[in-house]
Amino acid sequence: MRSSISLERITVRFDTTTAVSDVSETVAPGEWVGLIGPNGAGKTTLLRSIARLVKHEGRVTIADEDSTHLSRRHLARLVAYVPQRPTFPPDMTVSDYVLIGRTSHIGYFSFETKGDRTVCSGLLDRLDLARLAERQLATLSGGELQRIVLARALAQEAPVLLLDEPTSELDLGRRVDALELVDGLRAEWGLTVVSALHDLTLAGQFADRLLLLAEGRIAAAGPPGDVLEEESLGHHFGTNVKVLRTGDGELVVVPQRRR
Amino acid sequence: MSAVAQTTTAAREVPGHPATPRPIAPLARRVSVRKPLFVALCALVGAMVVGVSVGPADLSLSTVMSALVSHVPWLGHHAHVSKVQSDIVWQIRLPRVVLGGLVGAMLAGGGAAYQGVFRNPLADPYLLGVAAGAGLGATAVIVAGTQNSALLPVAAFLGAVGAVTLTYLVGATVGRRGASTSIVLAGVAVAALLTAIQTYLQQQHEPDLQGVYAWILGSFNTASWSDVVLILPYVILSAIVLVAHRRLLDVLRVGDDEADTVGVHSARIRLAVVAAATLGTAAAVSVSGLIGFVGIIVPHTVRLTTNASYRVVLPVSMVGGAAFLILADVAARTVQAPAEVPIGVVTAFVGAPFFLFVLRSRRAQRSVT
Repeated sequence: MRSSISLERITVRFDTTTAVSDVSETVAPGEWVGLIGPNGAGKTTLLRSIARLVKHEGRVTIADEDSTHLSRRHLARLVAYVPQRPTFPPDMTVSDYVLIGRTSHIGYFSFETKGDRTVCSGLLDRLDLARLAERQLATLSGGELQRIVLARALAQEAPVLLLDEPTSELDLGRRVDALELVDGLRAEWGLTVVSALHDLTLAGQFADRLLLLAEGRIAAAGPPGDVLEEESLGHHFGTNVKVLRTGDGELVVVPQRRR
Repeated sequence: MSAVAQTTTAAREVPGHPATPRPIAPLARRVSVRKPLFVALCALVGAMVVGVSVGPADLSLSTVMSALVSHVPWLGHHAHVSKVQSDIVWQIRLPRVVLGGLVGAMLAGGGAAYQGVFRNPLADPYLLGVAAGAGLGATAVIVAGTQNSALLPVAAFLGAVGAVTLTYLVGATVGRRGASTSIVLAGVAVAALLTAIQTYLQQQHEPDLQGVYAWILGSFNTASWSDVVLILPYVILSAIVLVAHRRLLDVLRVGDDEADTVGVHSARIRLAVVAAATLGTAAAVSVSGLIGFVGIIVPHTVRLTTNASYRVVLPVSMVGGAAFLILADVAARTVQAPAEVPIGVVTAFVGAPFFLFVLRSRRAQRSVT
């Protein structure tokens, strides 16, 4: 299960503003690409254009197929998407929610099979959610919900996983847990991951490559060591930052107060 | 709090630990529609028995039953009922019960479907202008003073379908294509416009006021088999399309973006479901008038007492709505017998307090925000 994404001159316009401007990029199979950049830089819009949730100019190719020519069903088997603010029907159970991820494997007017239900219970087990299976979504914590959305996306069994701020609701420990989980599944299943991440240190720790977006354009791209660079981060985020290197070679991005 | 603490430790253990290879049982089949559907069917049969048994002509239950079977081949030979008794049951009471059932099923099913596609617990089948359109069509025919009574349901039907079509043409083309908010807002505007025209027409033709008023409040007192035949094709088509979409309505519950990315076309599903619900509702109101609240109270009762999944809500609401409206009609024709209370008054009298109860319930508060 391997796939790659190729973006050719992607531009997204909303009325008078241009959210994403002429972005071209290729994501290799099995790669984890982190999108970083200030608020409003176009990270979410770029992810949404890969998921075909916004109208865009240019071409998105997924697994060598032009995404505009794919049916929703076919696209859902190639790309799974975890939005920044998912909708949780309060009285839906966890297992029913995760089963919705199987939609692209179920006929339009048919119902899920035992196979679909087995995939979902396997995922709940893998994500340590099995004991929550019959709970209603309204009764769960933010951290549990974020893992449940991930389970729903993984139930699609798509080779490409798009994550929009997957850890915003999580405390520091859970944040690392969630990203480790994604990384483990990436290694195990050969997933290609594109994620927007606000935490620059974590972005540098987990992504193979970072894209720094600013005003809809790619301002810098490359391995974390090249992109996490004091002067350019300071310029684009509008504040002074220090990039420190720990004893074991990890990069730490620290903002500096304006005294 | 200890449960939360356990969660924390359990979650911490996940990363790094490879999944232990052990057989995984499939998720249990949780959503069971059989029991609630069985209960609703029993209620429907009970309501139908009450519906055919109650009336100004004093017929005993055994007479009614004999009259019913008298028309059934092979069973009917030994029935001892007069022609009049048989006609009261077969030509007056039964068509009224059947028509009430069909209308109730459409209003409740349409309400459940609208609540689903617009993710709005307070949506009812009149949300996009069905009632305003039907009201305008019916008023136009009544004030025109035409003697042809067959025109009334046709005009109401066309008005209802036309109103929703207008709403969709306006609402689905602005903003994000097919997004629900702009459609609902367009529905509000279209309904206000058509209601204004209807009110104007009505004020210009004061002598017809009572006729318009009586139609708007709804009644089954002229129900006949021809009404049943008139709406049956639409009811069947609408019911089949709605029930076929019950799983997809569950998919829409998680939001348009999520529904699109898991592999459906949310705007297309919304259009298909709205079209089917509109056709059924328009057919229903064309013969019954504007009966309110059924589309809200029945689906919410089903949700509160069984399950929020549309696999349950949709079919059970249809059957339950049929039973509810048959009983409401019984009340409408007995409370002030021999006069009839408009059935819209009965459903609102029961519905309004219930509506307030639904608004107050925590479930509704959570879903509304």
